[in-house]
Amino acid sequence: MTKTTLNVNQQRYELNLLPWVSLLDALREHLKLTGTKKGCDHGQCGACTVICDGKRILSCLTLAVMKNDSEITTIEGIAGGDELHPIQQAFIDHDAFQCGYCTPGQICSAVGMLQEGHAHTREEVQELMSGNLCRCGANVGIIDAIMEVKDGGTHE
Amino acid sequence: MNNFEYKQAGNTKNAIELINNTPDAAFVAGGTNLIDLWKYDLTHPSGLIDINHLNENAEITTLKDKKVRLGAAARNADTAYHPIIEGRYPLLSKAILAGASAQIRNMASNGGNLLQRTRCYYFYDADVPCNKREPGSGCPAKEGYNRIHAILGTSEECIAVFPSDMCIALAALEAVVNVSGPNGDRSIPFEDFHRLPGDRPDIDNTLGKGEIITSIDLPEEGFSEHYSYLKLRDRHSYAFALVSVATAFKLNGNVIESARIALGGVSHKPWRSIEAEAFLKDKEATAENFAAAADLILRGAKGFGSNDFKIQLAKKAIIRNGLMALNPESQLPGALPSA
Repeated sequence: MTKTTLNVNQQRYELNLLPWVSLLDALREHLKLTGTKKGCDHGQCGACTVICDGKRILSCLTLAVMKNDSEITTIEGIAGGDELHPIQQAFIDHDAFQCGYCTPGQICSAVGMLQEGHAHTREEVQELMSGNLCRCGANVGIIDAIMEVKDGGTHE
Repeated sequence: MNNFEYKQAGNTKNAIELINNTPDAAFVAGGTNLIDLWKYDLTHPSGLIDINHLNENAEITTLKDKKVRLGAAARNADTAYHPIIEGRYPLLSKAILAGASAQIRNMASNGGNLLQRTRCYYFYDADVPCNKREPGSGCPAKEGYNRIHAILGTSEECIAVFPSDMCIALAALEAVVNVSGPNGDRSIPFEDFHRLPGDRPDIDNTLGKGEIITSIDLPEEGFSEHYSYLKLRDRHSYAFALVSVATAFKLNGNVIESARIALGGVSHKPWRSIEAEAFLKDKEATAENFAAAADLILRGAKGFGSNDFKIQLAKKAIIRNGLMALNPESQLPGALPSA
């Protein structure tokens, strides 16, 4: 067992973990934060996206022990209390999901992308969101929702 | 999936000690390929040596002689968006950003990018033979579904391709890989780092046992005026290349003073033809000359059925990317074809 400290959504957790436990499994099974989804578990779908030290990463391909002392934000930490994050509100306004399984990853990825600051045009947003697959085909709504927030609520 | 022990290295010397004292251990940095291979039960490390905290290998710095050093532990995304790389080596920046997804680029290290393994379907399927996975067991890809496989530098034993985008630009730029190991430090020209499969397709590169990549050096010349990276694939983003091309020119008017062309998605290593690059020297930068160079690059190319189309696709890609390199501003996100 390896002693591991994870700071998740501004709460500190001290865990004793086997080294092969993924960050995804640590969040879901040890911390019971089941908002982060296990899709493919192989880094192909983006459903497990979380924000770690300011950057979006795939929690399924990350060992929890490698993130000792890191600051992690999951979908449970995106809203400010009862107030939705603008990206969350925009997803509702733009019908940016159907089944919802990819949505936590999509929202964490979108929030992370805006923090990273490299997306300027719609084409760049599409390119930088390509690691999050939506099998329902809500991608147009997803990109619309992100563009609205990015452009300060002026996008149609 | 096997259990393994986990150790964190504090510095490069410590990392080398740990890897050499732990039989069958592997280094882990981003883990984006290694953890996946472990989950598929294709690699069985007895221990993982975490090299994410080797601060001496984390930076991107300009050296005294104007070369630029990419720390092996720096992330792909941080490298692509670094002002020095965007400014002096935009070909490298574009190639990195054409690879994987934003999440994976945030995780993946520069050293790890060089060491990623093929995505050959047969390599990933433990129920079938594969000479890369189990030497001597056979290669079902040759007579199988080989749409993504190699057309250049293949052997009887293996037709897998090396999947990196970043490394195609590093090959074109003639980078140098710096490594440390139990016997000291050495530097490997990029051309010599990855190898053709031959009769040992299980060996991807010339990194020695117990050695670690510490950094990658870029020569002073970054070809920042005329360059382009073009990536052709089955979907617009987040897919490996069927064919990719990194092209860089030094021009005098419309006359080529020097040319670099490297292909991805076609071989077991980034593919260059010194002969084709020499042919273009002192020639006009025209589609006709790019086509003649393409014929030289693809001389000896051989398809295996499902991938026969790659020969023509590669030729067209070399021509198109030559024209794109004359007008780098036309490049599109995702390294799509542009005018």
